[in-house]
Amino acid sequence: MTDKIKIAIRSLYKIFGDDPEGALEHVRAGVGKTELLERHGHVLGLQDIDVDMREGDITVIMGLSGSGKSTLIRHLNRLIEPTAGQVEVDGEDVLAYGEERLRSLRREAMSMVFQKFALLPHRTVAENAGTTLQVRGVRQRDYLAEARKWLERVGLTGYENHYPHQLSGGMQQRVGIARALTSNSPIMLMDEAFSALDPLIRTDMQDLLLELQKELHKTIVFITHDLDEALKLADRLVILKDGYIVQQDEPQHILLNPNDPYIEDFVSDINRARVLRVRSIMTPLGGGAPPAEAQGEVDFNDTLESMITRSGGDTSHSYVVVQEGAPVGVLEMTNLVKALVPRAASEAGARKY
Amino acid sequence: MATYDFLFDGLGLREWCDAGRTGDGPLSMADLLAKGGAGRETPWWDLPFPSLDALNEACGRIAQSRDATKGVEEGFLAIKDALRFVLDPLTQPLSWILEFALLVFEAAPWWVMFPLLMAVVYLATKSVRLIVFVTACLAFLAFIDHYGFAMQTLAIIFVCAFLCVLFGVPIGIAMSRSDRMQRMTIPVLDMLQTLPPFVYLIPLIFLFSVTEPKLYGIAIILYAIVPVIRLTDLGIRLVDRDVIEAADSFGVTDRQKLFGVQIPLALPNIMAGVNQTIMMSLAMVVIASLVSAPGLGVLVLRGIRNLELGVGLVSGLGIVLLAIILDRVTKAALDRVNAAQKI
Repeated sequence: MTDKIKIAIRSLYKIFGDDPEGALEHVRAGVGKTELLERHGHVLGLQDIDVDMREGDITVIMGLSGSGKSTLIRHLNRLIEPTAGQVEVDGEDVLAYGEERLRSLRREAMSMVFQKFALLPHRTVAENAGTTLQVRGVRQRDYLAEARKWLERVGLTGYENHYPHQLSGGMQQRVGIARALTSNSPIMLMDEAFSALDPLIRTDMQDLLLELQKELHKTIVFITHDLDEALKLADRLVILKDGYIVQQDEPQHILLNPNDPYIEDFVSDINRARVLRVRSIMTPLGGGAPPAEAQGEVDFNDTLESMITRSGGDTSHSYVVVQEGAPVGVLEMTNLVKALVPRAASEAGARKY
Repeated sequence: MATYDFLFDGLGLREWCDAGRTGDGPLSMADLLAKGGAGRETPWWDLPFPSLDALNEACGRIAQSRDATKGVEEGFLAIKDALRFVLDPLTQPLSWILEFALLVFEAAPWWVMFPLLMAVVYLATKSVRLIVFVTACLAFLAFIDHYGFAMQTLAIIFVCAFLCVLFGVPIGIAMSRSDRMQRMTIPVLDMLQTLPPFVYLIPLIFLFSVTEPKLYGIAIILYAIVPVIRLTDLGIRLVDRDVIEAADSFGVTDRQKLFGVQIPLALPNIMAGVNQTIMMSLAMVVIASLVSAPGLGVLVLRGIRNLELGVGLVSGLGIVLLAIILDRVTKAALDRVNAAQKI
């Protein structure tokens, strides 16, 4: 994971209606979404969006339906044109691209996975997976070979010559992922990619994605309305509401420091023990020696759930937190228990590590 | 005194009307009848609609209805030569193709035609049952010595349906890509579809020589092209938006999108249009026998003209058999396309 910014979105606005430019003036003057619709007949899709997406990260954009998340992801490859603002990929302004440059961006730099799979029903699984290479003019033999490789990687060996309608939903989405991988693009856009799948299959697919990501280090932009999914996948979480960003940060931090009642509502139903990690609630050593009375060492990235099991529920315990062999902090079980309760956790001043 | 005198008197147009009254135009039957009963007051419940003829009675400057009909006729005749000058060379290839097709279908011996048609049916449907059925129908027609007529009809249908697809699919594609094109084309299609088939023939007879095959060729194509255009347009517009969006996101060119996504996904609808087009060609080829189209229609016409009941009924049966064959074969082809595209 590098710190290089792969995709940067700068003060992006999108307004739907007959005169978006005119409506933009009203929005800049402070008119809200509801008022804009009632008084001016325009829909405010996105409002002053600023996001940096780091190379090799999974950036999850989360929001309820109508929050503008699908609109936002379509601005990255310009399936939707913004009303104002910039989208930069590798430091280049995508919005300035002509037709030819845009096409090569879509062909080589970005690939997309869709909620409804969007496979071509008249082509076989292997042909579908090869589509992204085929449109670039790669010969059939070559793109089929590449497609087979990625189909095997997503666990679809033996289905190459089936048609999409012969596969289950989960398998169809595997084809969709293979299709995006075949293009070998550094960026993957996933628009509610797993939302149409059954819960169990969804979990499988999330694991598959994480496993692939461990190996491929793509820059992934993932859209979802499901907080559990967002917390599981995200390196960075962006929460959208009514077209503006409510909060964006590392998921752990958002969980511990929700800056808006909307997000508090959102995170209140989460199994915090499973999502929060030791690093988020430990007391940093700050150069001091680890305490002698500690019951043992725990890893920096362990979940609180595993800590509860380990301590047997005894809140008097404390542990030395270890990152790559070196002690970095102390975990007090009392702090852990506090962190499990949403309000108390944020008030006790749980710190961002 | 005419009923609507008061109108022109009231508007102060009397002088203008009388200035235009020539009175030497040919008398219509209505004029003649009116002369007998002149001078009688019209009772109020007999008040005529202010039609051209009724107004003409009151004011000679107003044209009579027969003048309107005459105007249309003269207008058509006036542009006829110019129209013919343009259309004649343009449509000449149609005559050649039709003549050639008729020649080939008539010249080819039956023992060549039968296997050939069986092969076509197999390629289109991959169904042995249909091959047996088609062969049986054709054999029956040949057995009752209607083979030649049936082949003529088939030749005309093949040519016309092929040309309908050739022109109709691109027109449908153009319609699907532009809403304005669609708005302009739909009224024309509506007109073509609602005009009674006989009405097509009237202007065509004036434009082209009755002895030329293109006369009926054009009539059949105009009549039968509508469904394939409509269903191509519909089919492409109905293609799943998500799939189109996916294609866009991979950076397809317009051409790749059209041939790789839109047409293949619209194929079931296009094929349904082709089926309709073929069936409508068959309907029109029978009517076109009025303007010298050869084939089974000629026999039907003979049956009507000469009241030869048997000839008419048997050839009618032949047409039904042809219709069933064409319908079953195209439907089976359509089903194959559908089966491959189930979503």
